[in-house]
Amino acid sequence: MKLSDKPLSAKEIAAGIKNKTFSATEIVRNSLSRIDKLDGDIHAFLAVTGDQALLRAKEIDEMVSKGEDPGILAGVPIGIKDNICTRKVATTCGSKILNEWKPPYDATVIEKLRSQGAIVVGKTNMDEFAMGSSTEHSAFGPTRNPHNINCVPGGSSGGSAASVASGMVPLALGSDTGGSIRQPAAFCGVVGLKPTYGLVSRYGLVAFASSLDQIGPFSRNVEDSVLLSNAIMGHDPLDSTSLDIETPPIKIDIDKGVKGLRIGIISEFLEGISPEISKAIELACKYLEEGGGQIESCSVPSVRQSLSAYYLIAPAEASSNLARFDGVRFGMRVDGKNAEEMMVNTRTAGFGNEVKRRIMLGTYALSAGYYDAYYGSAQKLRTLVIRDFKSAYQKFDVLLSPTTPTTAFEIGAKVDDPLTMYLSDVCTIPTNLAGHPAISVPFGHDSKGLPIGLQVLAPALKDNLTLRVAKYLESAVEKANV
Amino acid sequence: MSEEKYEPVIGLEVHCELKTATKLWCACPNEFGGEPNTHICPICLGLPGTLPVLNRNAVEYAMWIGAALNCEIKPSKFHRKNYFYPDMPKDFQISQYDEPINVQGYLDLPTGIRIRIERAHIEEDTGKSSHLGKSGRIHASYGALVDYNRAGVPLVEIVSAPDIRSSEQAKDYVSELRAVLVATGATDGRMEEGSLRVDANVSVRKGPNAPFGTRCEIKNVNSLRSLVRAIEYEIKRQIEILEDGGRIVQQTRHFNEDTLSTVALRSKEEAQDYRYFPEPDLPPVSPLDTWINKVKQELPPLPSQRRAKVKETFGTAEDSQIITLVEQDLDGLFLDVVSRGADCEIALRRLLNEAASQIEAAKKLDAQDFAELIGMEKSGKLSATQCKAVLANMLEGGGSPMQIAASLGFEGMNSNELEEVITQIINDNPDAFERFKAGDEKVSQFFVGQVMKATKGKANGKAVIEFLEAKKS
Amino acid sequence: MNNENLITEKDVAHVAALARLHLTTKEIADFTTQLRSILEHGRDITALDLAGIPPTSGPIPLENVFREDVAGSCIDKSEVLSQAPGHQEGQFLVPPLLDGSE
Ligand SMILES: [Zn+2]
Repeated sequence: MKLSDKPLSAKEIAAGIKNKTFSATEIVRNSLSRIDKLDGDIHAFLAVTGDQALLRAKEIDEMVSKGEDPGILAGVPIGIKDNICTRKVATTCGSKILNEWKPPYDATVIEKLRSQGAIVVGKTNMDEFAMGSSTEHSAFGPTRNPHNINCVPGGSSGGSAASVASGMVPLALGSDTGGSIRQPAAFCGVVGLKPTYGLVSRYGLVAFASSLDQIGPFSRNVEDSVLLSNAIMGHDPLDSTSLDIETPPIKIDIDKGVKGLRIGIISEFLEGISPEISKAIELACKYLEEGGGQIESCSVPSVRQSLSAYYLIAPAEASSNLARFDGVRFGMRVDGKNAEEMMVNTRTAGFGNEVKRRIMLGTYALSAGYYDAYYGSAQKLRTLVIRDFKSAYQKFDVLLSPTTPTTAFEIGAKVDDPLTMYLSDVCTIPTNLAGHPAISVPFGHDSKGLPIGLQVLAPALKDNLTLRVAKYLESAVEKANV
Repeated sequence: MSEEKYEPVIGLEVHCELKTATKLWCACPNEFGGEPNTHICPICLGLPGTLPVLNRNAVEYAMWIGAALNCEIKPSKFHRKNYFYPDMPKDFQISQYDEPINVQGYLDLPTGIRIRIERAHIEEDTGKSSHLGKSGRIHASYGALVDYNRAGVPLVEIVSAPDIRSSEQAKDYVSELRAVLVATGATDGRMEEGSLRVDANVSVRKGPNAPFGTRCEIKNVNSLRSLVRAIEYEIKRQIEILEDGGRIVQQTRHFNEDTLSTVALRSKEEAQDYRYFPEPDLPPVSPLDTWINKVKQELPPLPSQRRAKVKETFGTAEDSQIITLVEQDLDGLFLDVVSRGADCEIALRRLLNEAASQIEAAKKLDAQDFAELIGMEKSGKLSATQCKAVLANMLEGGGSPMQIAASLGFEGMNSNELEEVITQIINDNPDAFERFKAGDEKVSQFFVGQVMKATKGKANGKAVIEFLEAKKS
Repeated sequence: MNNENLITEKDVAHVAALARLHLTTKEIADFTTQLRSILEHGRDITALDLAGIPPTSGPIPLENVFREDVAGSCIDKSEVLSQAPGHQEGQFLVPPLLDGSE
């Protein structure tokens, strides 16, 4: 059979493979050829694991022919952000310092994906150690936005977002520490979910800021996001912060619409956003009201200081998490006349500028005499953010905001101005501080044709509620375009 | 002598390795030694992406230690202590900082002195590096090899208050602490294998009411003897500096076993800035009261209680004997044997003199067999020498003392036979017997010798003399 | 945080040493400016009255997460050593260690 030009969704692929409409091998070949055709311009992938993917596709096809069920992602090609460990496949974190390190183990999410029949086709580009909002801080060159290759795809999971947006793969995994899934999803016009902290195991995710990091799905539609979430969520005894609760599969109550839902529009996030995004929010409110949602403005005062808190907490944790990149056990080594000099030489040559900047910031924030003023205050602010959200969720079921203050910016526009770059995460950061779920769903385009993303936020463990509202918005946009 | 006007002030930090089945954060076996890098996994190697998961038994063993040291057992947290070193896989150590699991306890020494314990917290051990090159000398090496078998082994660090006032007291403290730790079952306390390691904080001051002086921390003390020597050297060094009008610089010093002196470690400007912060990968530990109470109830008797028990049973035993008996974990056997009617004095003597050289075998001795053996010596059925020989056999392979004595030919000499032999010898040596009757004690040895010769050593010397005495009348 | 407490080039050099990074004079100057602007942005936190607010270190309150003390399998050292920048005799090889005695 011939695969149609419009890329299939993960759900369609899994169904088609199971009922033998097409084979996993055909699907993988198709994905690989699309990567081959497009990725020269986009550079979403750091490595394409074609041979392994085809071998795995053959296994899936054999399972299907034997009448076995390969799982909910049977034969679905997937891109993996390159900070998620894959055994014997180089995992670089977008950094030179890992020097094509091949981990001796698979991340828990990789094992879960395998057990559900998904097929890893490659490792996606990212800002070095997930530090960045544009994927320009990758040591291996930037990824470009498939909607306009002069623009950034967002970051840090820019490669994953672009790989899905360009139809190279239907699904990808990213990681979100301060918006690194949602912001690139918004810039690239795809769905990106940051699940509740603890729902997806972090075992095998190279840590940036341990108390904020969470792995999550990229997809072209909300249903696929549900599918991938169901594959990767669940308790993992190898992650002490993994929630030991029965995770009900995120259910298809996502089709229930928004009737009766109380929806708050976060007023703080409407300040200083582009007029076109402002208009998108207004339109979204109109759709939601039409669907029976109750819309009201909502204030979450401490989100204003969240950016500052984030830029103390995340670098502080990172400065410690990245200490192990010392040239002793793995990765790159630049020799020195003694071990200490070797460590300094290795780290100096191996880390890029942005990583060094954050290590410096974090080391300073933790150093003697400054802890209370910086890290200590930031942790207190975190308490306030959690309290403010709590009181907001007493009045509202979900909150709505733009995912980003602007649409995708041009490559090079902010790379030399760290603070301005950091400000592009202002709407996404507070959820990480609180550990809550939030999703970015595409909601039209601006006048330049660049995608706009809206963010739906919900209390901890109400991930399905974010998906439900996102699904409603997605259908509303579809309906309007018909 | 100027030293007399100075009082040493000593606080000890004792690191003890817990003998859990697995490491603190991963399922690698916690075993001493082994071929390098065979007990490793991505977690204890600190490979990117890995996470720690706390070993429940490590917490329980730490609680045993806390309970044994009369500490308050509290909700606690883990922190990261950040510093770079090749044998530290993550380049930070997970330890407990301002919220340790055990606080404010004490240890009473056998001498009656109480040493306060400030804290006893959980932390992870490092790997081991060995220098390549000239005879292990640090500066002459061309590189180092790192073995991570020990990385991530659970430790409890026990920090005493600065209550110790002499090197001898420091030794008493460590001996008693070791005995307590071993008694809890949390550790095997082997200093020579590094499962018990001591750092000493030493300062001196002018008299017991003066403020504390500046202290130095002494590391690399590998035995009790070294501890005493290192502290004595350090006290002398500090007094000399002060007497010369100098000032003590706070620093970490390394004890050199060869020169018996301490030398300063290279001090780095930023060395002390560990940038502690709460470990985000580990939730806090808050043991339930039921757990704490269970630990306290199940705590085995501690050395002080065990010594008191022995003293109660055998009041005239010397304190040093009792301490050794308990230290060697032979007090249980002693009490058991005595309860079966064995003589206290002989039982203690045989345990301390003979059995103690083979402690592991001694612990396996059957109490009934051992009691019988002591009874045989007491009754004169066996001589002291024979008793030792039988005991040696029992330690090697066990078995009943009767059978062993028989197989060694010590048995079968009943009273009638002995009397026959003695009568014959008296008859053969009438002059000697006359002298014996007249009160010449030395002659008794002649008769014992003759009887032994005639019986090929089977006879019991005491029994021979009793017969001779009886023949007098 | 008043101006006297602003991060200086000396602080930056000290922090670089702590973090085992070597910075050029220019990098020290650039980082000082950049870190200063980021930290100044952070003044909005210190402007708040945070007295009596407890710190939060993890987003989801959890406690007593344990692993049972049961041995699992170790990893074959050859796979790990094959990825190490230096190894010898089954161990990780590093340049000489300096933190010994003087
Ligand atoms: Zn391990």
